[in-house]
Amino acid sequence: MSKKSITLKANGAEHNVIVEPRLLLVHLIREVLNLTGTHIGCDTSNCGACTILLNGKSVKSCTLFAVQANGKEITTIEGLAQGGQLHPLQEGFKECHGLQCGFCTPGMIMRSCELLANNPDPTEEEIRWGISGNLCRCTGYNNIVKAVQYAANKMKGEAVTA
Amino acid sequence: MEIQCKTSKEISGMGHPMKRKEDARFIQGHGRYIDDIKLPGMLYMDIVRSPYAYAKIKSINAEKALAIPGVLAVITGKDLEKYGLHWMPTIMSDTQMVLPTDTVMYQAQEVAAVIATERYIAADGADAVEVEYEPMKPIVDPHTSLDKDAPLLRPDKPGKTDNHIWHWEVGDREATDELFNKAEVTVKEQIYVPRIHVASIETCGCVADYDKIENKLTMFMTTQAPHAIRTVIALVAGHVGLTEEKIRVISPDIGGGFGGKVPVYPGYVIAIAVSFLVGKPVKWIEDRSENLQADSFARDYHMTCELAADKNGRIQGLRIKTLADHGYTDAAANPSKFPAGMYSIVTGSYDFQTAFTEMDAVYTNKPPGGVAYRCSFRVTEAVHAIERMVDRLALEVKKDPAELRMENFIKKEQFPYKSALGWEYDSGDYHAALKKAMDIIGYDELRKEQAEKRKEGKLMGIGISSFTEIVGAGPSRHFDILGLKMFDSCEIRVHPTGKAIARFGTKSQGQGHETTYAQIIAEELGIPAEHIQVEEGDTDTAPYGLGTYASRSTPVAGAAAAKAARKLRDKARKIAAYLMEVSEEDLEWEPGKFSVKGAPEKSKTIQEIVFAAYTNHPLGMEAGFEAVHYYDPPNLTFPFGSYICVVDIDNKTGEIKIRRFVAVDDCGNIINPMIVEGQIHGGLTQGLAPAMYEEFIYDEDGNLLNGTLMDYLVPTAVESPHWETDRTITPSPHHPIGAKGVGESPTVGAPPAIANAIVDALSHLGVTHLDIPITPFKVWKVLKEKGAAG
Ligand code: FES
Ligand code: FES
Repeated sequence: MSKKSITLKANGAEHNVIVEPRLLLVHLIREVLNLTGTHIGCDTSNCGACTILLNGKSVKSCTLFAVQANGKEITTIEGLAQGGQLHPLQEGFKECHGLQCGFCTPGMIMRSCELLANNPDPTEEEIRWGISGNLCRCTGYNNIVKAVQYAANKMKGEAVTA
Repeated sequence: MEIQCKTSKEISGMGHPMKRKEDARFIQGHGRYIDDIKLPGMLYMDIVRSPYAYAKIKSINAEKALAIPGVLAVITGKDLEKYGLHWMPTIMSDTQMVLPTDTVMYQAQEVAAVIATERYIAADGADAVEVEYEPMKPIVDPHTSLDKDAPLLRPDKPGKTDNHIWHWEVGDREATDELFNKAEVTVKEQIYVPRIHVASIETCGCVADYDKIENKLTMFMTTQAPHAIRTVIALVAGHVGLTEEKIRVISPDIGGGFGGKVPVYPGYVIAIAVSFLVGKPVKWIEDRSENLQADSFARDYHMTCELAADKNGRIQGLRIKTLADHGYTDAAANPSKFPAGMYSIVTGSYDFQTAFTEMDAVYTNKPPGGVAYRCSFRVTEAVHAIERMVDRLALEVKKDPAELRMENFIKKEQFPYKSALGWEYDSGDYHAALKKAMDIIGYDELRKEQAEKRKEGKLMGIGISSFTEIVGAGPSRHFDILGLKMFDSCEIRVHPTGKAIARFGTKSQGQGHETTYAQIIAEELGIPAEHIQVEEGDTDTAPYGLGTYASRSTPVAGAAAAKAARKLRDKARKIAAYLMEVSEEDLEWEPGKFSVKGAPEKSKTIQEIVFAAYTNHPLGMEAGFEAVHYYDPPNLTFPFGSYICVVDIDNKTGEIKIRRFVAVDDCGNIINPMIVEGQIHGGLTQGLAPAMYEEFIYDEDGNLLNGTLMDYLVPTAVESPHWETDRTITPSPHHPIGAKGVGESPTVGAPPAIANAIVDALSHLGVTHLDIPITPFKVWKVLKEKGAAG
């Protein structure tokens, strides 16, 4: 298989890599860029553990080839905290106990990023539907919902409680 | 119920809702899970699996695979046979093929392993291996497994003439039969608890790294019990020179375990064998489909349940006969003396005169198991049986199921209570828990509403489950796994500046041990939990323990933490007495310091005392400030709770909506209420799953029809309702900190609450039982049948 040269920005850093056309984006992220915070939990695009932002939109990076990210910008969980400051979602997940084993967490957080970008004030129902492409086997979701609400409030500049 | 904290927030001992210490790495993508481990020169392994449930292997042709650049080897059963590694023991002392030499016994069974330089090439290689099979008619239905003309599935077992694995029974058969013959009321149901899967979001995997020069194996592995694994490897591989001091098992961060990461799967063994032969690290990571299709199934009990009572609904006797489908081999993960786990907790929260339960386990052509999925060994099946049957009885004697429960509960003053099947329940207050749940949900109003709704032809149901759990295996008299007694351990080292590191024989998979264990030690020593670092999962550094499963970490290792800390507190008292020149009896402890009785201004903080242990310790005393404790529990702990579920059912579609679900749990004294609540939420969703969504379905050829996450329905945030939780607190009298386990209570308690609610919604139509998962289609069919579909 002839390899392709692609250029992409990951968490602000420019990368030029040569990849097999069949390489999945998630494997590029994990194995080539060594950003192992993005996880793999299935082989049928159901779990969402691999969710990242591609040009600001949440995608399941196991459903894309690396070459499809050519010329684009990705953000993974490692790129979310800015200047040593946790993103409100990261803070919310910790404050509200929105994670247990942590395996689904990066995907949940990245998905919730776009959810809040589109809907800064979601209801519980909207959050539940909004994260329904991401599976969590540990938390029973109550506290994930709470964590997203916490982040929504914080991003609006309101007082927050866990 | 209010939790009393004895320590300040700064110390954060027991009862504080301390935020988790482990979260910092997980929320920033710095967890270190198995697939994140990358070693120089690492090879990758992929596995060729059987498409058939039962077939002879005629040939395996690796030529095309080996022709792919980067494919280094194709390993078959014949290759392993040369080293005597093609078979391995299961935890239940059965045997299992690592790789087959001639026959495959279940679909997705490992047939060959491909070793390559890269992950994708290994997968290409697995695709290119050509296997010729001669399919045979499999046994899929366990009820046919003992038929005369059934094929003998395990001719490898000397003397075996049928597919029967074991018979197990407990209780008084004669007294129970006699009681049933005379009973005023008896009820009977066939109850199936289906085959399901733990489906932790991380699958299983390993990196086996054998260093030829040092003759040392480092095994990174998704295991809930690293020490036991080390010993097993030493026992199995001793003959090739791999002795126990040369084996280091490291269980990194685990993305959910739930019992599925207790067994040893063939993939681990093959990876070790290959690494041992080539002297390079070998990584094996399962795909999700492989994980679902081949390992860690749970449940699969076919139960015939009978309950005897007087005409007022006073419960008297219980009789259950069960058929257990273990698949191709008994690969359950129970303590050795308990082939059916703790199933004998089946008398539940009720005061029985007598009971008898028996079980037969059989082989079929399905994957081996069954693991204890978020359940202290078969407790889920037992609780489902008793809680369904109590509702069944209530229907029969026309009594409200809450009232019937209240009348039959073991009373608070009966504890410690000896159950009809031989357990000694440590403590409980079942009436209080149910009363609380009823008050929260507004039970009486709901019953009124239901009566109104029925008049309007609307379907609404209320279901209760008042379960008793049995966790914390266990006392060494009865509990061992492969001969290893089920104690657990804690080692605490306090550094000169008063900060500590504590290591344990357990292994968190999301339970939050790095926080809760620190809180236990903080409670006992007054050192802030923030400054107590907890480590688990490395057999080179942690004291020996049996691992984390069956809700045993708090009951066993948590107790070890308290005991080790108390040893240190005793030492601290001696040092404090020496420093203040008073006698030990004159000292008083409050969290964080010893002070002189009657002269509170004279005191020494724990930090000052620890510093002295390194700089100014009394003559004749050992220097340093370290302790280790191996805790052998005197009894198990018996958490309990009452759950109430309200459902509304659409009579046109059969759609079931959970309107409310209230869970009142009692796990004794609470270490961290935030974490306890989180455990309960998670377990409730895992109880909802089999109640309404999850079940493995096999066709008659033994093909698994829903072996991917696309068709095996793990609930999302949409299916999962907003759980409402509360608590009562009844401390365990024998546990050093009065705690009980909690993580599994909701998984075992929730399914019958949901099933009871749905059956309750349909009971006026003459429905007495529905097997889980209760899907809209199942309900719609019933409605059709009864002429009640809208
Ligand atoms: S890995 Fe499961 S959706 Fe991508
Ligand atoms: S926290 Fe474990 S899967 Fe979500």
